[in-house]
Amino acid sequence: MSADSEVSAVPAIEVNHLNKTFGNYRAVADVSFTVMPGEIVGFLGPNGAGKSTTMRILAGLTQADSGNASLCGVPVATESLGAKRHLGYMPENNPLPEELRVIEYLRWRAKLKNVPRKKISERVEAVMRACDLARKARRKLIGTLSKGFRQRVGIADALLSEPDVIILDEPTIGLDPHQILGIRALIRSLRERKAVLISSHILPEIENVCDRVIIINGGRIVASGTPAELRREFILSRTFSVETNAPEEKVSEILGAEKLVPAETQREDSELKIWDATVPADREFSSENVVAALVGAGFKVREFREKRPSLEDIFIAATKRSYDIKE
Amino acid sequence: MKHFLTIFKYELRILFISPATYVAGTIFLALMGGLYWLALQRSAVGALGDALPVEVYFQLFFVPLLILVPLITMRSFAEERRTGTLGALMTTPTSALSIVLGKFFAAYALYIFLWGLALAFPISAWFMLKDLYPDPRLLAAGSLLGGAIFVALSGLLYIAVGILASSLTRSMLVAGLLSSCILFILVVSGGVLQLLPLENYESLSGLRDLVDYLSTFRHLENFSRGLIDTRPFFLFTSGTLLALGLTAINIESKA
Repeated sequence: MSADSEVSAVPAIEVNHLNKTFGNYRAVADVSFTVMPGEIVGFLGPNGAGKSTTMRILAGLTQADSGNASLCGVPVATESLGAKRHLGYMPENNPLPEELRVIEYLRWRAKLKNVPRKKISERVEAVMRACDLARKARRKLIGTLSKGFRQRVGIADALLSEPDVIILDEPTIGLDPHQILGIRALIRSLRERKAVLISSHILPEIENVCDRVIIINGGRIVASGTPAELRREFILSRTFSVETNAPEEKVSEILGAEKLVPAETQREDSELKIWDATVPADREFSSENVVAALVGAGFKVREFREKRPSLEDIFIAATKRSYDIKE
Repeated sequence: MKHFLTIFKYELRILFISPATYVAGTIFLALMGGLYWLALQRSAVGALGDALPVEVYFQLFFVPLLILVPLITMRSFAEERRTGTLGALMTTPTSALSIVLGKFFAAYALYIFLWGLALAFPISAWFMLKDLYPDPRLLAAGSLLGGAIFVALSGLLYIAVGILASSLTRSMLVAGLLSSCILFILVVSGGVLQLLPLENYESLSGLRDLVDYLSTFRHLENFSRGLIDTRPFFLFTSGTLLALGLTAINIESKA
């Protein structure tokens, strides 16, 4: 085995049976997961689910009660400084010193992050360009920056030392759609090079960027896998939208729907009606056959399409299941 | 300790752009100027007896100390903890001790700088008055140097206490009040304990040496006379190391 392949076999983030309680409140309960180098993983969960606590433990800011966490094979609890050399972390509320200029702050952080003295200017310029800070914001006082620019300074800081592991806690909060697209492209550019763990409430954001998703609720991991795997696990039925003038009974019969309801929005000037039909996930049929059956029975069909379950649907299903188990 | 200098320079810069520093500096220098003027005036009418104006000047060091040290140190950790920037700092490969020492020496440098300015009062008074009143008591070099060494030495402990107080809370106000209270106890307790009639109780008479050792004013008196003793060096440096060690443990356990 070559040296390179040995290095890449070490998980960038490894968390084993992590537990953390605050008084009587169990914030993290037996959490285990790994993130391999080059992987972008989304960390999802409702408020108070334990995402930020897990991230803070990984960043060495909070100590776990039991279990262990390591970054690139270096244990965070016992070799904190060694582990932090591999880490770029942007905390949830992204605290920044108000009285410094952006370029001064990034230079200072580069020194603290052991960026070689000769490379400091080059790295600072590179991250400012990547985060679109190089033109307008470079000499502005951080205290005068908008929320969006502050978020970008936080992300620039996390990327500064080219760390192996990047942890971003809610990185796109406060950004406008253009900025979100920019940050999304930036995170995508890290794929295959860095291990990235992102928490976000904006689920399409995660779905667009991440290779894998971990859903945490009540301090426990309730689901983990690619969005496709999670769909298979949690979405037990498929939903179709059909726009036709066929009566309800006929649509239901042809589709074999277990539930058929009129869609929330209807075209006002149309004689056709839009239906949302729920069909068991294991039922196999082709769209062509359904449309042919409706047309063959003398009905008009304007549209027939499957409504793909979003990560939001998976998230709700996964967290609901964990609530049900708890109850 | 690799990042000590980086933190030190940053903290020094933050201190020099902070309005609290200028408030502290102005109050301190105004108070010290007033105190020296009073000492000179009392000396001129013979109200100080054998005491030199410089000796009296240093004996009143605790009056501005209780304001100056909290104003300089209260921000160091309390404000950073409140805003969360301490957490961000702790995610870099920088040890807690480097952070504590960087902040401590920056505050100490400012403390010494302000005392350096305060020493200009007796020196400038001597320059202006030496021809009119050629009295050698106007500037006793030994007392001035001894007093300055005492201020520099005791300042280590007082700044360390201020830094420790700041690391215990998220509120600058609470940190400032806490450090004022601890400093008051540190400065005054030795003098109060000396008033206790320990000699009357045989079992407690051995404590007299300890009480003398802890008395700040006893050490100041010795220094002002040009008597340099190793005991206060040990007292103040060991106290400083203890306070800084506790601060490092505290911020590492709950950044």
